Amino acid sequence: MKLRGVAALSALALALTACGSGTTTTGGGGGDITIGLAISTLDNPYFVALKEGAEKAAAELGVKLTVADAQNDATNQVNQVQTFTTQGVGAIIINPVDSKQASPAAKAAENASIPLVAVDRSVDEGKVASEVASDNVQGGTLAAIELGRAVSGDVVHLQGIPGASAARDRGRGFEEGLNSGGIKVVASQPADFNRAKGLDVMTNLLQANPNIKGVFADNDEMALGAIKALGDRAGKDVQVVGFDGTPDGLQAIEDGVMAATIAQQPDVLGRKAVEQAVKAAKKEVVQGVVDVEVKVVTKKNLAEFKK
Amino acid sequence: MSSTVDGRTAFARRALADNGALAGLLLLVVALSVLAPSFLSTQNLLNVGVQAAVVAVLAFGSTYVIVSGGIDLSVGSVAALSAMVGAWSSAEAGLPGPVALLLGLLTGVVAGLVNGTLVAYGKLPAFIATLAMLSVARGLTLVVSQGSPLTTPDVVSFLGSNLTPFLPVPLLVMLLFFGITGFVLSRTYSGRAMYAIGGNEEAARLSGIDTKRQKLVVYALSGLFAAVAGMLLAGRLSSAGPQAAVGYELDAIAAVVIGGASLSGGVGRATGTLVGALVLAVLRNGLNQLQVSPFWQQVVIGAVIALAVLLDTLRRRTR
Repeated sequence: MKLRGVAALSALALALTACGSGTTTTGGGGGDITIGLAISTLDNPYFVALKEGAEKAAAELGVKLTVADAQNDATNQVNQVQTFTTQGVGAIIINPVDSKQASPAAKAAENASIPLVAVDRSVDEGKVASEVASDNVQGGTLAAIELGRAVSGDVVHLQGIPGASAARDRGRGFEEGLNSGGIKVVASQPADFNRAKGLDVMTNLLQANPNIKGVFADNDEMALGAIKALGDRAGKDVQVVGFDGTPDGLQAIEDGVMAATIAQQPDVLGRKAVEQAVKAAKKEVVQGVVDVEVKVVTKKNLAEFKK
Repeated sequence: MSSTVDGRTAFARRALADNGALAGLLLLVVALSVLAPSFLSTQNLLNVGVQAAVVAVLAFGSTYVIVSGGIDLSVGSVAALSAMVGAWSSAEAGLPGPVALLLGLLTGVVAGLVNGTLVAYGKLPAFIATLAMLSVARGLTLVVSQGSPLTTPDVVSFLGSNLTPFLPVPLLVMLLFFGITGFVLSRTYSGRAMYAIGGNEEAARLSGIDTKRQKLVVYALSGLFAAVAGMLLAGRLSSAGPQAAVGYELDAIAAVVIGGASLSGGVGRATGTLVGALVLAVLRNGLNQLQVSPFWQQVVIGAVIALAVLLDTLRRRTR
């Protein structure tokens, strides 16, 4: 009885190891390259899509991908990159929590002679083999132009987390694009990239500015909160433009409550980053800068983005 | 003549002494009414009530914990997890809305019971046990949601809607839970046990209170209230988000403390907590309307929290 139990257990253990090695050893030409992906946060569908794009590319290229989630903490992320360097990964992909605070991570990778690929956000200081990003400033400008095309009059700008690089860049781009249309920003307030805060802040701003015609939100989550606050007015006498092109954002465009969003292609970002990282790990030539297009999504071209 | 002036100041002092937080709230409201013309409209005041609701319900749950001398850092994560379980049960598992809602609330109770067991029977400091739950519940939220927001069932969305334009459901839920909290704290055995345990746990135990069991009740209540708050938040957005309610535990604790409760236990009331939650909501609403720079808003909020508690300690000392 006891023996049989032991036998069953060892069989189970064998089966488990077989399963385990099945997922870790990889077919294709990747050899046994491991790529470390230090992602800023998985608390956001956008970065989940980026991770999924990276995972798909890794599977196709036959490399192993290890993901570390910094939970939006820059210090955490430096530690995670340092851990990657001691694990002997072939290349590290960093999606910085903050561009300005990523240089210690870059230095750690450089000291260990491991190539570093930056994705979605840049690394301000340090050696980077390749930078895969969509242009947030350009995206902000496109948003201003699109909002100017949809409405004229007073508009509100919902900002991301104060001081975060994406909020800075999108906001700057938005302001640069303002003079192209007949819109004027009457209020700019932070809602921290968060849907619930977008709802509250928009509700409050509506009290002080009931006659606004448009809203630009630094991401789709806040835009969706603003749409909730606007209720029936959304898509009719107030046009909302978001940023990111998340599934919920695209759905809002289809429903006619959101005028446009600036779609980045997070899955493409993840994919391109892994491609460059694998090249770097194999010591092949990498592309210094990979631009992934941002696109204005409206009801007209929605079909291209909905999957 | 002088005696009536003395009488008047004594009355004012007594009113303030009984309700330090209320005086602070009134001061804020008066200041904002002067500074922001759109502040003192019926609609805006209703908005403030709705915006206070989530933190208020969380804070009512935290009041039990803080009165009994504990702390619950997990309420924000538990709120998110409960709402996510509710949304997942209906959107992914196809269960009927009311069942999904109940499952979500049950999730909160279970999380609270785990906290309570760790604290009462595992002898873990409440700070550590609930800090662990903060992380576990947030992680499970991500696991359940796979990182994407899920649509809530209609019954949950109802919690975030308006019955009539001037009767928002979140406000009613907040008042209901305010009533429940006041009742539990002052009229039930468990409520009195909470004050006894928070005042002196050893004395409470020696006087025959089953302190371990009462602690279980305390954390289970906190978990349940967190789940209700999570449903309110998700209901307002018709969607449960994986990043919902991040950091709300600190707002809840701030509301309780602004309301005059002591973090060392034994002191605290439902009215105080309600006022505390309203102070935070009024402040955020006002800062938006005044268009204060985003960089300064957090400074102002922090300063007001410190000031409110400072005033409270001062009035206690002078009494």
